[in-house]
Amino acid sequence: MTNRNSRRGRWWLLLAGAATVALAACSPANGKNTLAPHGTNAHQIDNLIYPIWIVAVIVGLIVVGGTIFVALRYRQRPGRSDRPKQIHGNLTVEILWTIIPAVILAVIAVPTISLIFKEDATPSNAVEVTVVGKQWWWEFEYPGANGQPPVVTADELHIPTGRNIDLSLKACDPSLPYGVNNGPGCNVIHSFWVPELAGKEDVVPGQTNHLTLRTSTAGTYLGQCAQYCGLSHANMHFRVIAQSPTAYDAWLSSQRQVPAVSLASAGEAGTLFTKTFACSNCHTTSSSTLSTYGPNLSHLASRSTFASGYFKLTKSQLMKWIMNAPGLIPMQSQDCRKGPPGSPGVTCVGMPSFTQNTPKGMPVMTTAQAQILATYLLSLK
Amino acid sequence: MTTVADAPTQTPVRPPVILRRPKETTGVWSWFTTVDHKKIGIMYGVTALVFFCLGGIEALLIRLQLAGPNGTVLTASQYNQIFTMHGTTMVFLLGMPLSIAFANYFVPLMIGARDVAFPRLNAFGYWMFVTGGVFLYSSFLLGGAPNGGWFGYTPLTSTPLGLGALPGRGPDFWAVGIVMLGIGSTTAAINVIVTTLNMRAPGMTLMRMPVFVWMMLVTAFLTLFAMPIITVALIMVFFDRNFGTSFFLPAKGGDPLLYQNLFWLFGHPEVYILILPGMGIVSEILPVFSRKPLFGYPVVVFSGIAIGFLGWGVWAHHMFTTGLGPVAVSAFSLSTMLIAIPTGVKIFNWLATVYKGSVRLTTAMLFALGFIAQFTIGGLSGVSLAVVPADTQQHDSYFVVSHFHYVLFGGLVFGLFGGLYYWFPKVFGRMLDEKLGKWNFWLMVIGFNLTFFPMMLLGIYGMPRRVYRYDAGLGWGSLNLVATIGSFIIAVSVLLFIINAVVSRKRGVIAGNDPWDGRTIEWSTSSPPPEYNFAEIPEIQARDDLWHTKYTEDDDGVLVPLPSGGVDTPAATRAAAAPTHRIHMPSPSFYPLVAALGILPLAYAAVFHSYSWAFLLVAGGAIILAFGIYAWAIEPATAAEADH
Repeated sequence: MTNRNSRRGRWWLLLAGAATVALAACSPANGKNTLAPHGTNAHQIDNLIYPIWIVAVIVGLIVVGGTIFVALRYRQRPGRSDRPKQIHGNLTVEILWTIIPAVILAVIAVPTISLIFKEDATPSNAVEVTVVGKQWWWEFEYPGANGQPPVVTADELHIPTGRNIDLSLKACDPSLPYGVNNGPGCNVIHSFWVPELAGKEDVVPGQTNHLTLRTSTAGTYLGQCAQYCGLSHANMHFRVIAQSPTAYDAWLSSQRQVPAVSLASAGEAGTLFTKTFACSNCHTTSSSTLSTYGPNLSHLASRSTFASGYFKLTKSQLMKWIMNAPGLIPMQSQDCRKGPPGSPGVTCVGMPSFTQNTPKGMPVMTTAQAQILATYLLSLK
Repeated sequence: MTTVADAPTQTPVRPPVILRRPKETTGVWSWFTTVDHKKIGIMYGVTALVFFCLGGIEALLIRLQLAGPNGTVLTASQYNQIFTMHGTTMVFLLGMPLSIAFANYFVPLMIGARDVAFPRLNAFGYWMFVTGGVFLYSSFLLGGAPNGGWFGYTPLTSTPLGLGALPGRGPDFWAVGIVMLGIGSTTAAINVIVTTLNMRAPGMTLMRMPVFVWMMLVTAFLTLFAMPIITVALIMVFFDRNFGTSFFLPAKGGDPLLYQNLFWLFGHPEVYILILPGMGIVSEILPVFSRKPLFGYPVVVFSGIAIGFLGWGVWAHHMFTTGLGPVAVSAFSLSTMLIAIPTGVKIFNWLATVYKGSVRLTTAMLFALGFIAQFTIGGLSGVSLAVVPADTQQHDSYFVVSHFHYVLFGGLVFGLFGGLYYWFPKVFGRMLDEKLGKWNFWLMVIGFNLTFFPMMLLGIYGMPRRVYRYDAGLGWGSLNLVATIGSFIIAVSVLLFIINAVVSRKRGVIAGNDPWDGRTIEWSTSSPPPEYNFAEIPEIQARDDLWHTKYTEDDDGVLVPLPSGGVDTPAATRAAAAPTHRIHMPSPSFYPLVAALGILPLAYAAVFHSYSWAFLLVAGGAIILAFGIYAWAIEPATAAEADH
């Protein structure tokens, strides 16, 4: 009997273990898989949760199996008495099944709390980057240092491998006078999540949250806003590009250069950008140090993706986007051309369409104009 | 006490009423004026099931949209409205009212009362539920449904309309609509509490009450204290949006996390408001179909109460990623693990109830057993979420969607369906068809697990919640397709239930008073029960009082039928017999309906207050409401004529 029981016990364990292994083995290599950790934090979480899942699967199998067992084993059938012994309770077993789960939970609590405090510690010797969540894209600001200017970029967060990255997560951008919730650049709540590198952390207007990233593997990791933030929440993607420290340094210093083509020397593109379609209400192409309502485009051509990382940066895709962005990603933004956000009568969240719903008296963009703009933007290395 | 036989006769002074006192107790109109807890219970149930179908259709639209990558069934804007309304519907228009339906019908019957303590307030609560639901759904036709999520986080929802953070008036409809529904559920809670504490039959001590009544009592207390919190939060949201306040707008010194604290301080007790009635129903079904008493009744009752108390101390586990700091996060992690203990105790006690019983696998029993198994999976995934570092990966991902559907669908909805199969014969006098019932159950089990187990994996594989589309190439397509197929299997099973209910109500097998060999006193009266419930108020001798009139135990504790036991015992016969004297029941009234209808224009006026014609709604609504309340106040509970 005992032998049979222990054999059965081993089966449970094996089954639970197999289930958990299968979970990892069958999981997709999609760049967003929490079971494929490439960052320190994501690793720590996996190491913590795997044993807990195994315990949970065992408990689950016992209870679900027990439910099926008692239902079938004690089923009323001919030849079996339907006058069971009336058991009203048993204090000993009840105390037992109060204490055993309590002990299991206490054991789980210890490493849990220890990791909570570990995650909260301020990382030493960290690279600092400010992340600003906006509807529906991400801005990344690298502070200036040693007389070097700061760098503002979007959609792609570059980090060096082997270093702690201390992210300051904000939803308010004090350099902008206006935000969708009616004050200095304040946006709604977002959540910064790169599953293969770390757990998520919310981006809350009015406070600065911190998240530490660290990876030793160079590569591109996919991220996405995890907190519902309105119309295009689903499209609020980004990428984390982890590079060797030398490649990272080279990238950062190239971002600090003045743009390859100045707006003044851009000819017709300059007029289209600043006057005809007033792109400059929300974007800049002349300085990578400025935070703006829309993504800073000063070094757009150095990125591989655009539009919250939703599209690969190609000329044809960029032209489609410039002409009718809300046709590709839903946005609520027909008035942006009338003035910078916050001007009277302007509600502008996201890119407007320049071919549809054109405000009275304003020009409709032609394909040729879009091509001129795209060519110009793609020259901004 | 307006319901006992020897209530003092009303002075026959005719009050100055404009509407004549309704007298009908049958026919279509009687449903609009009834104050009978059983009729109101049926109306709650039917209305909640209608909203269940609406919420289900929304769920199917969501699943169609997500069946494959880059779905185009819905636009982003439509999807956001649909998922918001799905959550809002299932919580406020299905879960709470269907539980209240059972409470309305069965709490008085199970404690030996003739009605609830405040019959007209009871009707008013129902009409608030209906008008609140109609108001919320009318938003689809009036410029767009709520689109900020059922949780409605600020500042997304509280940002003034003109600033463009969230398009449409949806959040206004949402805030006002839920306040209306809150009025309804608060009155229902007051009724359950007062009825349970004051109107029990002689001998029905608290520790003899059926567990379902206990759980509804705990639920009612949770509702009573939780609804004011959400009401305050929603009014603040509404003021931020419309009247220039800045409770939650950080740009003006407000705090968006204050809203989350308020919302979840309501929202987590709300989870227990939803699940405790399910636990109560299961605790009734299991003993009946195992022919054994509930194992450890006091422990089950007290763990229910413990869950009720601890439920107030876990709200911030919805906010682990908002930057609360490690001390707060650790404390809420521990309290969340703590609440798993009384929950686990209940599960083990249920299993021990069935253990060594004489099990009849009726549809009701199958649903109760399904509750245990699936709720356990939900609870265990909840432990994983209590482990904060793991939660930072799983939070706001499909893992959470899977988790709470295992709890609220695999748990609550299975419990409610168990209750429907168990009590349908008492309510309508006919049995639901067991063969269709088994199809209903098995399709629902299969469909449910096909829908929600893949979601657990999807969350682990990185799929966030509330996205109207996802890219191809992420490996999420096939699991999503399985979930969509599962959701349609659920839809088929619900359809079978509806067919079963409609057909069985007319043609089902006649149930008789006690079709299941029941334990509690609602089975001692006729099916359906007379308006006055019991011809003679029973005197309660024991827990499971009816059972003890039918059976006893020998020295070894083995069940022994009593000679001439069962519903033929003198006590039971008296309960079900025709009354030997006139029983005064509260009279029907128009005014609960009138008062609720007065609130409806006021609600529209709140949403459209910026239009000049809104004042007409204010004036009209205020007049109707004032008339309804005033006439209600001076109208005697029992019509003068009814006394003669």
